[in-house]
Amino acid sequence: MPTSVPISWYLILSAILFGLGVAGFIYRRNIITVFMSIELMLNAVNLTFITFSYTLKKVDGHIFSFFVMVVAAAEAAVGLAIILTVFKNRETLMIDDISSMKY
Amino acid sequence: MTALIFLIFAGIAVFCGISLVAQTHPIASALSLIGVMGSLALLYLQLGGEFIAAAQMIVYAGAIMVLFVFVIMLLNAGAEATSRQIPLLNRYLGMLLLAAFLGLISFIIQAMLPKTEGVVFGAFMGGTAAAIGRKLFTVYLLPFEVTSVLILIAILGAIVLARREV
Repeated sequence: MPTSVPISWYLILSAILFGLGVAGFIYRRNIITVFMSIELMLNAVNLTFITFSYTLKKVDGHIFSFFVMVVAAAEAAVGLAIILTVFKNRETLMIDDISSMKY
Repeated sequence: MTALIFLIFAGIAVFCGISLVAQTHPIASALSLIGVMGSLALLYLQLGGEFIAAAQMIVYAGAIMVLFVFVIMLLNAGAEATSRQIPLLNRYLGMLLLAAFLGLISFIIQAMLPKTEGVVFGAFMGGTAAAIGRKLFTVYLLPFEVTSVLILIAILGAIVLARREV
């Protein structure tokens, strides 16, 4: 067991989490779970920022990831309001049933 | 010790991530996402990001996930009805291709990254609230102010969307 963790392990973990987020975004049918998959992808990107911030010994990556968090909060507020409105008008959360703008 | 903590919490994060995708009930997915965020906060702490780890727990796992759980319970969202059945072959082929893709990415990361010394807890402690605040209000002052406008627009948008007569 090495005492220090290679940088690449953090990046690989970030890639795995991002891949899982993409898989959930494509595979899930519930609009709320799709939205949570987007949050998972944002978290994976944050981990990459923090890792490179450690490598470069600079604090800038932390600030970028802080901005990502702020944007995620704004996105969650607006997105959940949209979900509430869609549910009020359509009585469903399944994205297969909300396809009036498809063609 | 650093490697052991990394392996434990990376394992929890990956397990909770798989659980997020695999669960059919939204509440179970939300709890899995909270697990991912908690373990990621610990990894941030290991990388010297005290402030970001605290913000991750307070803003993400606290505020945003409470909003998600609130909406799930408000809409009484139940387990996902399988309205469109995905063929079994496609499902397993997709998992296989995802694993192959991630393996390829991991190989490329391992091969391309220049050899540097690994992460040891305590080697970089620049992520304190004081350091981030100093940088945020000097170098990144304009993006910070633009962010406040973004938040204001988001509040207005949420209010307009959640009105009764939309």
